[in-house]
Amino acid sequence: MLRYAIKRIGYAVVTLFIVVTVTFFLMRSIPGDPLSHMARALPEQTRANYYAKYGLDKPLFTQYLMYMKNLLRGDLGESVLYPGRSVSETIAKTSPISGLVGGIALAIGFVIGITLGIIAALNKNRWPDYLVMFVAILGTTIPVFVFASLLQYFVSVKLGWLPPSGWGQPRHLVLPIIVLSFGPVASFARYLKSSMLDTLSQDYILTAQAKGLSQRDVILRHALRNSMLPIVTILAGRIVGVFTGAFVVERMFGVPGIGFYYISSINNNDYTMILGTTVFYAALFVIAQLVVDFVYMLVDPRIRIVPESR
Amino acid sequence: MQEEISKELFQIIGPEDNEAEKIARPRVSYLRDAWRRFRQNKVATLALIILGILAFMVIFGPAISGYSFEEMDTTNRNAPPSREHWFGTDKLGRDLFARVWQGGRVSMIIGLVGAFVSSFVGCIYGGISGYFGGRVDDIMMRIVEVLISVPYLIVVILLSVVLKSKSLGTLLLAMTITGWCGIARIVRGQVLQVKSQEYVLAAQALGVKPWKIILRHVIPNVLSVVIVAITFDIPGYIFGEAFLSFLGLGIQPPNTSWGALAATAQSMYAFYPYQLFIPALMIALTMLCFTLLGDGLRDALDPRQRK
Repeated sequence: MLRYAIKRIGYAVVTLFIVVTVTFFLMRSIPGDPLSHMARALPEQTRANYYAKYGLDKPLFTQYLMYMKNLLRGDLGESVLYPGRSVSETIAKTSPISGLVGGIALAIGFVIGITLGIIAALNKNRWPDYLVMFVAILGTTIPVFVFASLLQYFVSVKLGWLPPSGWGQPRHLVLPIIVLSFGPVASFARYLKSSMLDTLSQDYILTAQAKGLSQRDVILRHALRNSMLPIVTILAGRIVGVFTGAFVVERMFGVPGIGFYYISSINNNDYTMILGTTVFYAALFVIAQLVVDFVYMLVDPRIRIVPESR
Repeated sequence: MQEEISKELFQIIGPEDNEAEKIARPRVSYLRDAWRRFRQNKVATLALIILGILAFMVIFGPAISGYSFEEMDTTNRNAPPSREHWFGTDKLGRDLFARVWQGGRVSMIIGLVGAFVSSFVGCIYGGISGYFGGRVDDIMMRIVEVLISVPYLIVVILLSVVLKSKSLGTLLLAMTITGWCGIARIVRGQVLQVKSQEYVLAAQALGVKPWKIILRHVIPNVLSVVIVAITFDIPGYIFGEAFLSFLGLGIQPPNTSWGALAATAQSMYAFYPYQLFIPALMIALTMLCFTLLGDGLRDALDPRQRK
């Protein structure tokens, strides 16, 4: 168990290291340097000062070592486009907003998706099942921006119920959360239905029913608990999905989250910002996967036993 | 007194020895059988027909419209759908019917080529890994694990930033560079599974040559899984392209794609909703059909699903 945990953490660290290194050299391999478009008009001395400030006058490998050293201290450098704006601070300021929207969306998606999955499994091959599976297929095939545009058009423009975009009031949160939770609803419902059907055919469900437990108890205490295990494995993917979906959703609804800044830094060629945010995203996802792995190990005793019996 | 027994009495008149073994109906080949099962699936068949229509329109649509997709008509901007312009015109007065099908070409090409390239690479990688097993497998799968743990869209975005040029080729490269990992895993798993089957052991025991085992047992078993994986990958690539184009990182003007069309229309959806809805509908419909087709193919190609 402990060995497994150490191994997993080791892999995560190696993965992160590789990602940071590759991203760093990729960004530096772009023709021209990060300052070229603004440094052209500057006097020689000012330009040299700029280069010195960002460490661009040093050899590439020294720059890399410097970047890694600063990274370990949590310093991701300074925005090239807006001098004085630290990348770490921007991330610290914007990521909680994305986390809030994404977290609520994920929680809502989880609850609704699980409920729909149970309904579908209990009504196999009847209309509730078909309805849920139809919604689930729509949820996985309709791109987020299409769904977002449709909602904006019908709910905001046609009906005028909610503002199409903006930030600051709770009602601005409603549409982005609905859009972001659509994907999780679909995938949780699909996965839970199939794992629930699997569980319901097990002998221990028959035993539980034979003991005379109420249908509610059988479903909630025996079937649901065991059906949740496979759900844990898709959780990491869903967290990633919510954050990458936020690239588009935050832009369309004007949510000042990290996805919004990531896309605008890409469109503005703000290299340090792109690099820093990519590193942040990679770290976030690697950690999310790690946590999900450990949670899985905690909730499923079978996994814990297998490595030790070897 | 012995009775003379005529020889005719000893003739076999009953069923012949091999009668019971005779196959009554013509042998149904694997693909024919799969096709029959596929056609019984009405949803998947409908998806295939819709995809056929879409493919036809993507190929011949720009010609049918009678307009060039780049041709501007500044006197007729943002016109609603009419008899002259079936899908209306955009803000530069370009015919949207021509543009939608022209954009569909890009989306379809990216979907098909992307899925085929990545599954080709994935098959070779996964095949080698699964076939050799042991240490080779260990190292190769570690590499895949590292690649797969970086979010796909981040890789694509990063590469499209680094590669600067935003042509079709660069987009494809950016999307396939880690896109093959999923298929590699599937193929490896399948190869490992087939390798440990009893019928393979039996074949080995009977002295069947390795290449014949690969040809007869491994490839057919892997093929069905790969076909299904390709079908499910295509909507992924179409979505990836639309996503990038929507963020302004994909196909650049004057060329266009469904994602790019939706992105341009998105700023004015309140006034000209049809400009947004048509490309959005095309993306959703194509992705939906490929997903349903994949579902149908999976059920049809997997003999274990047979009732």
